[in-house]
Amino acid sequence: MREPAWFVWSRRIGLTLLCLFALLPVWVMVTTSLKPLGDVQGEFRWFPSTVTLDAFVEMWRTIPLGRYFLNSLVVSVIASVASVVLALLAAYAVSRYRFRGRQLFSVTVLSTQMFPGILFLLPLFVIFVNLGQTLGIDLYGSRPGLIITYLTFTLPFSVWMLVGYLDSVPRELDEAAAVDGNGPMGAFFRVVIPAAVPGIVAVLIYAFMTAWGEVLFASVLTDESTRTLAVGLQGYATQNNVYWNQIMAASLTVSAPVVVGFLLLQRYLVAGLTAGSVK
Amino acid sequence: MGLKRITSAVAVSIVAASLAGCGGDDEGSGSGSAEDVTLTYWASNQGTSLANDEEVLKPQLDAFTAQTGIEVDVEVVPWSDLLNRILAATASGEGPDVLNIGNTWSASLQATGALTPFDDATMAEIGGADRFLAGSLAATGAEGHPPTAVPLYSLAYGLYYNKAMFAEAGITEPPGTWADLIAAGRKLTTPEHWGVSIEGGSVSENIHNVFVFSEQQGGSFFDDAGEPTFDTPKNVAAVKQYVDLIQSDKITNPSNAEYANGTEALADFANGKSAMVMWQAAAGSLDELGMDAADIGVAPIPAPAGGEDVASIVAGINLAVFDNTEHKPQALDFVEFMTSTPNQIALNKTYGSLPAVQEAYSDPAFQTEAVETFKSILDDRAVPMPAVPEESQFETLVGTAVKNLLAQAASGTTVTEQAISEQLAAAQQQLGG
Amino acid sequence: MITANPAPGAGTEARTGSSPVRAVPRRRKKRQWLPYLLLLPVVVAELLIHIVPMLIGVGMSFLGLTQFFIRNWTKAPGVGLDNYRFVLQFDEASGKALLHSFWTTVQFTVIVLALSWALAMAAAVWTQHAFRGRGLVRTIFLIPYALPVFASVITWSFMLQRDNGMVNHVLVDQLGLLDERPFWLIGDHSFWALIVVEVWRLWPFAFLALTAGMSSIPAEQYEAAAIDGAGVLRSVRWVTLPNLRSVNQVLLLVLFLWTFNEFTVPYTFFGRSAPEQADLISMHIYQNSFVTWNFGTGSAMSVLLLLFLLAVTAVYLLLTNRKSSDA
Repeated sequence: MREPAWFVWSRRIGLTLLCLFALLPVWVMVTTSLKPLGDVQGEFRWFPSTVTLDAFVEMWRTIPLGRYFLNSLVVSVIASVASVVLALLAAYAVSRYRFRGRQLFSVTVLSTQMFPGILFLLPLFVIFVNLGQTLGIDLYGSRPGLIITYLTFTLPFSVWMLVGYLDSVPRELDEAAAVDGNGPMGAFFRVVIPAAVPGIVAVLIYAFMTAWGEVLFASVLTDESTRTLAVGLQGYATQNNVYWNQIMAASLTVSAPVVVGFLLLQRYLVAGLTAGSVK
Repeated sequence: MGLKRITSAVAVSIVAASLAGCGGDDEGSGSGSAEDVTLTYWASNQGTSLANDEEVLKPQLDAFTAQTGIEVDVEVVPWSDLLNRILAATASGEGPDVLNIGNTWSASLQATGALTPFDDATMAEIGGADRFLAGSLAATGAEGHPPTAVPLYSLAYGLYYNKAMFAEAGITEPPGTWADLIAAGRKLTTPEHWGVSIEGGSVSENIHNVFVFSEQQGGSFFDDAGEPTFDTPKNVAAVKQYVDLIQSDKITNPSNAEYANGTEALADFANGKSAMVMWQAAAGSLDELGMDAADIGVAPIPAPAGGEDVASIVAGINLAVFDNTEHKPQALDFVEFMTSTPNQIALNKTYGSLPAVQEAYSDPAFQTEAVETFKSILDDRAVPMPAVPEESQFETLVGTAVKNLLAQAASGTTVTEQAISEQLAAAQQQLGG
Repeated sequence: MITANPAPGAGTEARTGSSPVRAVPRRRKKRQWLPYLLLLPVVVAELLIHIVPMLIGVGMSFLGLTQFFIRNWTKAPGVGLDNYRFVLQFDEASGKALLHSFWTTVQFTVIVLALSWALAMAAAVWTQHAFRGRGLVRTIFLIPYALPVFASVITWSFMLQRDNGMVNHVLVDQLGLLDERPFWLIGDHSFWALIVVEVWRLWPFAFLALTAGMSSIPAEQYEAAAIDGAGVLRSVRWVTLPNLRSVNQVLLLVLFLWTFNEFTVPYTFFGRSAPEQADLISMHIYQNSFVTWNFGTGSAMSVLLLLFLLAVTAVYLLLTNRKSSDA
């Protein structure tokens, strides 16, 4: 499409402003991480007067940052992948089939988003403990418990979004696959999924980030050895002092791989696979 | 074929989830025979970091194990999580064996029945109640009930003042009455620094200070029957006294109304931005913040002329036993160990708090001027927060009301006694849930 | 075979090429349990983690569940609708506070939603077609989403400090736009400060969803519109938005629900207790349950919140579905 000049200019200005908006706090985080602690609460400066890497060294010792990072990574990756898999299967059912209970399922799944999380924190915890006592499955204070919780939290939105994306994948693709000799699941794997890759990537990112950043349930469902980053970072705010520079240093450090992941994944947000595949 | 693929996909993801999680630790509260017991201990964050707390506790815990053969699995729980974790443990019955609690939580936790009461028999097992400071022991539960925990670390509020700034302004003595404090504050409020800094956005700091002011004026927030009496002239006066620091005395920076994370007012004091601050014993923090020890002075928080001789609440940390524990005798052994004199000396020395047992004060470390000031405050002039089950609600409701009033004053709105009275009445009404 | 298939997209058991008559019973039976099987893991997980705890939460609202009974729920006295009565006393302070909190949250949510969606839509349209640096720009937009909530929200509270924050430094000292340093963390502006922080965190997510949604719009539709003489804005209105209908329907609803229930951001931003101008309903409920050990009234408030959101959702779905069936 030919882009008119006003559009190009508005785009340049608009995107620049949005980038500034997004990055302003990041700048503050970077400069704070490079300042000595005493300077942090002083008057605001655009550039630190003294630059020091102390925070980046100290941060590993004040809290077990490495362990928390690993916990978060394991929990978030497994929860997000499992969530996407389960949501895809369910979304395929809802999108492609008309069956009894379809409306009920959709509405119930959506209604879970309406209840404030704090109120089912306690009942959930009690359920976990009871399961642990009766079945011997240790869900409290363990990674599986947190993984199952996060994967369930992200399922409603994942299912709904994927239903939306799958709905926009034309049925002709399914039928074309059927003509080629595939059953419904074959059509699913071979044709529908590749066509819905952008939706899948978006949902994967959402599920991962939800697990990565969740604080309330993690604070109750984990103990010292299984604690995740989102909660663990609060350990830099101690009884006596808040180690601002270490908080920022740690946050930047653990976010770097995530941002790199985004950089690599964002190209899949564009399709290329549906265009032209339907004759 | 399609079916198999689905089932296997689903099964694989669930199995993968469980297997991958298998590396997590087993949260057992001890098992096995009497020789094989491991106690789970939730310690609170008292030191400079969670790691630091573990370092401080380790030698004590090792000594305990050497002495008794009981292992202790300590987890240092940050304050942001501690109450939530205790709550979850209470609701589910699955928790630690021993734990630290903030002593103001004692009455509320006592009402849940989750903690083992220290009746006379149990007290005798750990050495008797007389060993403890009377003041600290008063903050271990409701009156008329056996303590629900024993004092571990004791703290009191004091008026920290900057000796150098006082000398510069020609003030020779710390203020003896509240009016003296205002006068000193006015002299010390210059373009470079303010008279007093307060943590105006922190609900707990607000309520602690207002409570002390109220007690100084002979007021109270609960009557003898435990019924709330928030909206009384004396309580209103107490709140007004606090808000006036910003509003009419103008010795406190209005920006203090947004200080909420519990460290900023002290940091201002340490950095020379304020000359006085009302704070719990903070020698360790001030040292870490880089303040010169020679400049630090402590005095009791003054009362208005003719007021009651109250200068602080009884602050501190208590040690409790979770009633659901399977190892009560061992847990009590641990309590006895932690409250034994040598341990009280060692831990309180490191943390900069005050020992909860009388005998520990014979140690030279606790004979400095600052410690003696705090001890005398704790002994003679400290009052525990109301020992009623609704204590946490009280703190939240009134503390938040004061926070909002400070915000109004800081933004330039005049806060009248009428407004304060309305807020207190509203807070009381919300208590009746 | 395709035309004879009543259920769209159900596919056929075409492997054996059997005749329709014999295939139909087999097809119908397979069709019946396949979707249920696909749904099963989700249903189980939802029941265990979401539905059953929610029902317990609803049950709690009928109990006088205070700290006295938290240890032993079964012994908590049933109080019928007393918790609801207490909560809904609109002439009393507690009821007034709840109403105020509710209304604050409604305003907050609508404004945040409008701003986030508008920014996301603009950014998605601007980045729809390739240009140099697009990948980088997209990644920059997702950075707020990537940063840990605790750290980024605390950074904002840093920036909005009255004396030492960047925002006041720029507004008052450098640009001279204002004479007096305003408060952002307390007072009347705290509402707007919270909105800025929430939009900062939320719009990248909306951007993500919209970009993914726009990616599947066939290029032919844009070409057809261009041939008809449509410029950028018209093609957005007539091509992009209609194609995004199903994505937007879900996105807006879900963003509304999430923002309405937002807890972590105000909790971290205001340090656990919000100023009355920015007292969001989730914080309000937290203060009235967790902090005060009064789970009966906290649950009652949550159930009322749930009913309200159900009503809003029902109306929303009715309106949006009607619109699409009219179109």
